[in-house]
Amino acid sequence: MSTISAKERMQIARQLMPEQEGLQRSGNFKEVNLGFSEQLAVLEAQRCLQCKDAKCIRGCPVQVNIPRFIQFITNGDLAGAAKSLASDNALPCISGRVCPQEEQCEGSCIRGAKGQPVAIGYLERFVADWALNQGSAAQEEAPAPTGKKVAVIGAGPAGLTAAGELAKKGHDVTIYEALHKPGGVLVYGIPEFRLPKKIVAAEVDRLTKAGVKIECNVVIGRTYTIPELQAQFDALFIANGAGLPVFMNVPGENFKGVYAANEYLTRVNLMEAYDAESANTPVLIGQRVAVVGGGNVAMDAVRTAKRLGAEKAMIVYRRTKEEMPARAEEIHHAAQEGVDFQLLVAPLEVVGDEKRWVTGLKCQRMELGEPDASGRRKPQPVAGSEFVLDCDVVVVAIGTKSNPLLTATCPELKLNKWGNIETDENGMTSLPGVFAGGDIVRGAATVILAMGDGKNAAQAIDRYLKTA
Amino acid sequence: MHTILAKKQLSPNVTRLDVLAPRIAEIKKPGQFVILRAREGDERIPLTIADADPTQGTIALVIQAVGKSTREIVAMEVCDAIRDISGPLGHPTELISSGRALCVGGGVGTAVVHPIAKALHAQGVQVTSVIGGRAKEWVIFEEELNRLGEVIVCTDDGSHGRKGFVTDAAKEVLEAGGIDVVYAVGPVPMMRAVANLTRPFGVHTIVSLNPVMVDGTGMCGGCRVDVGGETKFACVDGPEFDGHQVDFDLLADRLQTYREFEQRANACADGQCRIRR
Ligand SMILES: Cc1cc2nc3c(=O)[nH]c(=O)nc-3n(C[C@H](O)[C@H](O)[C@H](O)COP(=O)(O)OP(=O)(O)OC[C@H]3O[C@@H](n4cnc5c(N)ncnc54)[C@H](O)[C@@H]3O)c2cc1C
Ligand SMILES: Cc1cc2nc3c(=O)[nH]c(=O)nc-3n(C[C@H](O)[C@H](O)[C@H](O)COP(=O)(O)OP(=O)(O)OC[C@H]3O[C@@H](n4cnc5c(N)ncnc54)[C@H](O)[C@@H]3O)c2cc1C
Ligand code: FES
Repeated sequence: MSTISAKERMQIARQLMPEQEGLQRSGNFKEVNLGFSEQLAVLEAQRCLQCKDAKCIRGCPVQVNIPRFIQFITNGDLAGAAKSLASDNALPCISGRVCPQEEQCEGSCIRGAKGQPVAIGYLERFVADWALNQGSAAQEEAPAPTGKKVAVIGAGPAGLTAAGELAKKGHDVTIYEALHKPGGVLVYGIPEFRLPKKIVAAEVDRLTKAGVKIECNVVIGRTYTIPELQAQFDALFIANGAGLPVFMNVPGENFKGVYAANEYLTRVNLMEAYDAESANTPVLIGQRVAVVGGGNVAMDAVRTAKRLGAEKAMIVYRRTKEEMPARAEEIHHAAQEGVDFQLLVAPLEVVGDEKRWVTGLKCQRMELGEPDASGRRKPQPVAGSEFVLDCDVVVVAIGTKSNPLLTATCPELKLNKWGNIETDENGMTSLPGVFAGGDIVRGAATVILAMGDGKNAAQAIDRYLKTA
Repeated sequence: MHTILAKKQLSPNVTRLDVLAPRIAEIKKPGQFVILRAREGDERIPLTIADADPTQGTIALVIQAVGKSTREIVAMEVCDAIRDISGPLGHPTELISSGRALCVGGGVGTAVVHPIAKALHAQGVQVTSVIGGRAKEWVIFEEELNRLGEVIVCTDDGSHGRKGFVTDAAKEVLEAGGIDVVYAVGPVPMMRAVANLTRPFGVHTIVSLNPVMVDGTGMCGGCRVDVGGETKFACVDGPEFDGHQVDFDLLADRLQTYREFEQRANACADGQCRIRR
């Protein structure tokens, strides 16, 4: 037990994440953040004031008991920290890397009121990585089989979490995944330099060892329908994400060289086009790449463009940096890597040559007006400010909406006006025994919310199966 | 894993593979396709389900070797296995239930038209097929289509059937009258020509589009085509569309996107690769 006074705690400054140097890393796809050493972690953990009324817990969408796992670190008990964390969060290696901590736990941290909040995300990552490197130390005892069968649709964070929880309870779980590899956005969208694929692979491996069956290349709505699955399984969990890309709907958007971020990132990540030597799937390497949008997806795309060799990789965003929905760290990292931010700029048209290859993006400048419904100041065009931004690749990263492929083949499933599946407080849809969660319910949201939905739904499914 | 149970060369560059995929064989409908990945690390390739044998659990793929991936697939042998096959994808063909249909197939497109013709025939529709190829040895599925109705074969050099393009023969059939619908599958210029041909006759014309695809589930938007001024995703909204509404120029154009890469990949496959970065 460390005997450090509150005053001493207050004097420790927030520890910096060791990272690959900005210009060096913009030439490779290796992870940018290198992770805390144990020494840094303990020092950072000591900054935590162990608040009785821990606001950070309430700031966390899945209510991880943050002071508890941090206390274990302070005590040098990493196994205890790992166990504590794992009991609250199924995939801490992932959330420690991709959660918008500044809006959640760290945003609520009392130390942030005067100075820097405790680096909860970095500590979470540290503990989770430590546990991963220990391997499956304590093989949990296999639960007694319940004889109930559950199908999970989609192997993204929601589906993987639900499957893990259901297997723990002894249910016979099969995941159906449309793509050839499980992981959802974690493998096709979020790049290696932010979330190494071996981490997702290790999670998937853990699930299969726990008895979860994963069938890839199965598109529900095509290979099987929901009613067919209902006939074969005692309960279903739909977690097929919100994967349909939204386009700008401007002239020239179908020119060669215009990508939806999903396609661009899928080619590079899932199809491994980042490895120009051995890749079988091509991706256009732009010299000047314009990425439209200001969220995590846009940051991932623009930083990918830089790594693929773009001389100039640009963000085109119609508001300012303050309004960007991306994680603060991603914006910061992008700037460090030399990304050019074209702010208060809105695209009007994609310009092309006679062969319809992209040559530029016609834009207009914007200024911020009155706050809109979302509370953000609404951008308004500045008259006569049109200009053409030279570029040879345009990546559109302005959002995704729910993919109707599955829901269109099951009209009994109640949807809201955006095409998202409606659920009750237990995550159950209008069809008894059919649950849903993650982006297909929330619209494009976050990894941690998807995992939270997976966990809650698993509990609700377990209760349902006991009464059914 | 999907084992190859039979392999047959149909023309100098077209090969048929019968591959184990029981679920797809059981439920596939005409007009649907699969996306496959032959080996780990390979490209995802869309291919039409040319036929299926649900009792054996196999689907037939008829593949024209045009580039690196398709050449590697046709180089696989019986007992080899294809790693991933996802499907059946896309909407089934919109079939008429009576009357007369004209099915036009060019090159490997004939393999795509054949299951449509077969389904139409089974519904009692009278089928006339017009199929073409460069020369005699390039004409495929003639025998199978012959069992379903009249077949007019066209070759560029006149070595088999009539000399000339499929559009010439199709025009005569249309002029003779009585055709309720036309199904046309082949290279983009051929489908465009057929659509232009049938327009003045006012005959509904369905074409099957082959844009570059990645996932096949509507997730990437790479397969977008313009139909009647609206952007559609061919993998989920198609692949068959009203030929009179399709912007064929855009389709042909977008198919050129990876030209350079494809040529390089092909050269590497031929062992002439000098580009090492
Ligand atoms: C590029 C990018 C970066 C992001 N960065 C962050 C970040 O930093 N932090 C953060 O919190 N969030 C981030 N997000 C958002 C986050 O990834 C999503 O909110 C989250 O992945 C949703 O999880 P999910 O399980 O609901 O769906 P998904 O991850 O979308 O997984 C759904 C899975 O279902 C499969 N599927 C779809 N349809 C079918 C079908 N019919 N049959 C079978 N399977 C099907 C899909 O192939 C996919 O594998 C990012 C998103 C993107 C695209
Ligand atoms: C729905 C659909 C059904 C198809 N059915 C068949 C079929 O039954 N038999 C058959 O032989 N071919 C079919 N194709 C075309 C086949 O997918 C392509 O020929 C193949 O992907 C080319 O890959 P490659 O590496 O061998 O050639 P590449 O060297 O990559 O390309 C050669 C040519 O094929 C085009 N092409 C490249 N990639 C794709 C792609 N992913 N999708 C479509 N075209 C592409 C290129 O524009 C180029 O003209 C179909 C395509 C679609 C979209
Ligand atoms: S192939 Fe990706 S959306 Fe059609």
